[in-house]
Amino acid sequence: MIKIAFKMLFGDRGKYLGIITGIAMASVLMIQQPGILLSILNTVYGFITDIALPQIWVMDPKVQTIDDSKPMLDTQLYRVRGIEGVEWAVPLYKGNQKVRLANGETVNSIIVGLDDSTLIGGPPVMVEGKLADLRLPDAIIVDETGAKGRLATPSGKKGEPATPLKIGDILEINDVRAKVVGFARTTNTFQSQPVIYTTYTRAKTFSLDERKLLTFILAQPKSGESASIVAARIAKQTGLGAHTAQDFKKISLQYVFDNTSIVVNFGFVVVVGFIVGAAVTGQIFYNFTLDNLRYFGVFKAMGATNRLVLTMILLQALLVGFVGFGIGAGATALFARATQGSGGLSMRITAPLLLGSGGAVLFIVLLAALISARKVIKLEPAVVFKG
Amino acid sequence: MNSEEKPAVSCRGITKVYGAGETRVQALRGVDLEVRPGELLMLVGPSGCGKTTLISVIAGILDHDDGECELFGRDLRKLSKLERTHYRGEKIGFVFQAFNLIPALTSAENAAVPLLINGVPMEKALAKAVECLRKVGLEGRESALPAQLSGGQQQRVAVARALVHEPKLIVCDEPTSALDHKTGQLVMESLKSVAMARDRALVIVTHDARIFDFADRIAHMDDGRIVKIEEADKAAALASL
Repeated sequence: MIKIAFKMLFGDRGKYLGIITGIAMASVLMIQQPGILLSILNTVYGFITDIALPQIWVMDPKVQTIDDSKPMLDTQLYRVRGIEGVEWAVPLYKGNQKVRLANGETVNSIIVGLDDSTLIGGPPVMVEGKLADLRLPDAIIVDETGAKGRLATPSGKKGEPATPLKIGDILEINDVRAKVVGFARTTNTFQSQPVIYTTYTRAKTFSLDERKLLTFILAQPKSGESASIVAARIAKQTGLGAHTAQDFKKISLQYVFDNTSIVVNFGFVVVVGFIVGAAVTGQIFYNFTLDNLRYFGVFKAMGATNRLVLTMILLQALLVGFVGFGIGAGATALFARATQGSGGLSMRITAPLLLGSGGAVLFIVLLAALISARKVIKLEPAVVFKG
Repeated sequence: MNSEEKPAVSCRGITKVYGAGETRVQALRGVDLEVRPGELLMLVGPSGCGKTTLISVIAGILDHDDGECELFGRDLRKLSKLERTHYRGEKIGFVFQAFNLIPALTSAENAAVPLLINGVPMEKALAKAVECLRKVGLEGRESALPAQLSGGQQQRVAVARALVHEPKLIVCDEPTSALDHKTGQLVMESLKSVAMARDRALVIVTHDARIFDFADRIAHMDDGRIVKIEEADKAAALASL
């Protein structure tokens, strides 16, 4: 009877396509919108996750997010190094500077100054060149998206594309000469600013007007020491803010949640998608079942149990849910791929996101099936003899 | 009928009331009826006299209020709902006025439905359905959809569907009323020639006097009662009028 149930479903092509379309559209909304939200949230903490090695981030106690720059005196580094349980601690500069392009335009960029000796805090993936080349004179490493986008050399002619930066190109950062020695792949920043890596000492030369440059101290607990305990110890003994990387990520996210309505707005669209999907799917599926009510009555008269009829309806619902979700997820994935690397915010389609939206679709189709099935279960088989 | 042979259908004092209060309608008022194995009995009477209610009770798809109704010696009311459903699936075949064929299924698939409900594998069920379709004269139309068949052909698919699982009782509700005279005769001929068997009974509800001569007996109903039962000869005479 399973095959019969599916043939009944495919036989009513208009309704079948209607249900599939409804579920596919709902799936698109329920995958794409959270996908974009995840992508945006990823930019919030991407800088923290890009720097994988240190387990502890030390900062000014007033810092509320990774983009909140409140530099400390360099002497704080030595205080942190002296705390019991700290294996090592290195400085990290993170600030904004204007980069002058060949045509005189300036582009606001993020400058990241790494510890000169260890280069800890460097980019996660080098696309071209080596991280160690930062030790060369005037050396900088530029993020891939920035090199191809906002920092690309303008052609000077209208309509012609800019030429991406290449190794050996010279830029001016705050009127100081900088030479490109490599390109790295990093998580996009929230404002899509180019990210430029250099050494901590050279970052100081780019930021002569700033008295304090030590934005963060990256620290590692000794083997066997808990990162959260060591972080708490640092905070207590220095008066600085100290968090594990995981906690700092959460704090940065919380700042966004508390100070923007981004989650509410995206969540609203997702809820609307769910409701519209449920309403459209439920209505069409219900109508489909009503149209077939007479035949279900015939089945019941001929000896089909309620369980068999319910199984048929559930399988029909699961099939349309599976196909609709597949089309919706596929279309969203294709869209994400098509827009990937365009410099804008690409969406993140993660396994939990697909599981969550798939679960929502499953809920929608099962609900539609159960509402429809109720009518069929209550149907008296004697209805078959009524004109 | 052999004196030891149980009747196919035995109804005694069947009553059925629909609704309550002002909307109360007494559809059956103590119906007594016996249908013998190997017999084709027609139930006739004016609209609203209780014919459809009676075959619904006989087929076990409607509970009566009072009286006893046995199918081959078995009181269906004493079975659980599930047992009764399974009993119907195995022992009873249905033919409807409006055919009730699933539009998306081929003739063979439609005819195979009762077997599929009883859990017979698709391949086996289709083979049996094709055999039944051949018996009712639809050889070569196994793959046709209902929309590609004439009314008479559709009703013959319904007849094949009613027969495919070899039921003991076939109930038909106005099987020819949606068909022209010639097609109705063809359907009745295939129904009588293919469905009739020594151990099987047919109960047909009809208004169509043109098919009365196919009956072994005709039970006339009025106002919820059987008012007269005629034997074959009289029925044929009635049909010739």
